[in-house]
Amino acid sequence: MHIIVVGLSHKTAPVEVREKLAVPESRLDEALARLRSYAGIKEGFLLSTCNRVEVYAVVEQIEEGHARVQEFFSDTHLALSSEQLIPHLYGYTGDRAIGHLFRVAASLDSMIVGEPQILGQLKDAFEVALNHKASGVVLNKLVRKAISVAKRVRTETKIAETAVSVSYAAVELAKKIFSNLSEKTVLLVGAGEMAKLAAQHLVDQGVRRVSITTRDAASAVELARRFNATSIPFEHFRHEMAEADIVLCSTGAARYLIGVEDVEQAVRRRMNRPIFLIDISVPRNIDPAVKDIDNAFLFDVDDLEMRVEQNREERRREAVKAERMVDEEVGQILQWLKSLEVTPTIVALRHRAEEIKRAEVEKAFVRLQHLSAQERNVVEGLASAIVNKLLHGSLVTLKAESTSGGGAMFIEAARRFFGLDDPAAAGRPGDTSSAAALDESDSAESGAARESEQHPAGKRQA
Amino acid sequence: MTAIFFMATIALYLGGTAFSSAYLSRRDDTLAKIALGVTGVGFLMHTIALLARMVEAGPVSLISFHDALSFFAWALVLVFLWVDVRHHIHVMGSFLLPLALLSLIWAAALPKETTAPMLKTVWVHVTLSMLGTVGFAVAFAAGLMYVIQDGLLKSKQFNVLYSKLPPLDFLDHLNQLAIVTGFPLLTLGIVAGALSAEVARGAYLNWNPEQVWALITWAFYCVVLLGRITVGWRAKRAAYLTIIGFGGVVLTLIGVVMKGHGTAL
Repeated sequence: MHIIVVGLSHKTAPVEVREKLAVPESRLDEALARLRSYAGIKEGFLLSTCNRVEVYAVVEQIEEGHARVQEFFSDTHLALSSEQLIPHLYGYTGDRAIGHLFRVAASLDSMIVGEPQILGQLKDAFEVALNHKASGVVLNKLVRKAISVAKRVRTETKIAETAVSVSYAAVELAKKIFSNLSEKTVLLVGAGEMAKLAAQHLVDQGVRRVSITTRDAASAVELARRFNATSIPFEHFRHEMAEADIVLCSTGAARYLIGVEDVEQAVRRRMNRPIFLIDISVPRNIDPAVKDIDNAFLFDVDDLEMRVEQNREERRREAVKAERMVDEEVGQILQWLKSLEVTPTIVALRHRAEEIKRAEVEKAFVRLQHLSAQERNVVEGLASAIVNKLLHGSLVTLKAESTSGGGAMFIEAARRFFGLDDPAAAGRPGDTSSAAALDESDSAESGAARESEQHPAGKRQA
Repeated sequence: MTAIFFMATIALYLGGTAFSSAYLSRRDDTLAKIALGVTGVGFLMHTIALLARMVEAGPVSLISFHDALSFFAWALVLVFLWVDVRHHIHVMGSFLLPLALLSLIWAAALPKETTAPMLKTVWVHVTLSMLGTVGFAVAFAAGLMYVIQDGLLKSKQFNVLYSKLPPLDFLDHLNQLAIVTGFPLLTLGIVAGALSAEVARGAYLNWNPEQVWALITWAFYCVVLLGRITVGWRAKRAAYLTIIGFGGVVLTLIGVVMKGHGTAL
């Protein structure tokens, strides 16, 4: 039994290739069914987003497995010839495949490191795989672990803490000037995309009052509806600036719309309360000399971009910490995987049975001191016979099933029925109750698991 | 006994100051948490030392400069603990703790007992004036942080310090709150002092340089407060004014202490 991943991502393939390979949600069922139909693929899981298309699989043979998944890709995507496709594919096996899954989930492999969408996409893809029983004991456990690793990375590092988009950087700066955004007023000058996005972020962060002014009155009305804002005639907006705590400027004008005097007057009328001006227009619409006015804070696109670059730098630093966490978690899951091998399970089972038998026989001998050597042999033989007969069926089934698709499940079941992992589980570091909960739902196969996965998905849609 | 607790307090505040200063240049919050813990223990020691001193010298013992400065440090640390625990603004410690530490070291250098004959009611004057001074010290720290953060934002230096300092309007609000609280306390403190002086010497004021300085400081803060309410002396201007004002407070204190009769009147 081996775990492999074959796929491509923004790191190995241009968008022209990715878009052809991407599997739309409506066709995921079909793709999964086809994947499972290849010989030697025991479990499968397909992750398709705009930045990556990957197949995770549990296979019998490594080389054959890789070849089958590659075949699956070229069969599914007839628009691409295998010559066009194969150079872009990467493949990993075993611990490297698991590490890759964890890194993808934790957004360490994303185009924007730390972006949160990938986790939701992974959960959705997992749900589909669960519904179609394409994934089994091994992949279910791996993906659930990947999700918990991603959450751990999110909470224990600052990887997703800082803004890495220009529009969000504006919000971050606003929060360094104003502690409570909900009491602040935003004035949106012009209808540029970036400014609209920044305004949206500010509203999401609690800003309640938005006023809008554009040269084209019609678009102001439309925007006013979107932000539940008041529309201000363009000729008067300079006068209204005194009411605004945050001014977002993004118009197509080729000259300064807001000059030093306008801002000076606004600050004076605001009784020196700080005013935060963001000029996202190129060419600029706010006179750069405004930055020298006390209590006026002016930032242009370059400033915001510099901030974004610094934050990216910070994310990269945090990513190093996250990589260490991933390595640690991979080590743990490898231990669990090892337990799923059939031979060690059979050895452990025999060992456990032998232990119980010996202990019980010894107890009996203490009470039956008068037994002769021959009688002792009979008693011991009896015990051995019962144990062997009881185990025989289980061992034969285990051996037979270990090569079938559900082998891992049988082994896992045997380990649990006979409590083979008990002493080890208690001593294993970091194996928390959440991991135990994952085990529970694994054995319940899908019912409970599906429910728990659907829940967050529902929330996301809401 | 009191001396042991007092020295332990100095040592712990020194630790707290060191950790919270080192915190300024580090990204993670661990040092701030250590600083909070160390200072918290120091505060406990300090409280015991103050109580022991009260038992030793009678219940209203805040008479000598030693006591006054020690009390000032205690109240300042209390403010820090409150801001840190309640608002999680660790960086306050980096600004308030050095002041508390200096004040306590100064207290240690002064005689504990006053030699001048003193009225029993002087402690009212001392306590109120010192609480007022705590307000001005907090306003000073908030003002200093404001000026730094304003400068960092203006020069677009988004460094570690920038990420630690609270938002500008929070600092401005804290500045205002501290003066609004400190000013009436100082006013009452001066009135209490004048009344005590009247009883002791038969005159409310004898126009010595320290009294004149104290009145100038009082008038200065009065103007700062009125300016904020009426003509919008807030934000950066308020920050600068409170920094200057606190300089006046410190000069007054030094002047009074240097005069050397060891009492706080």
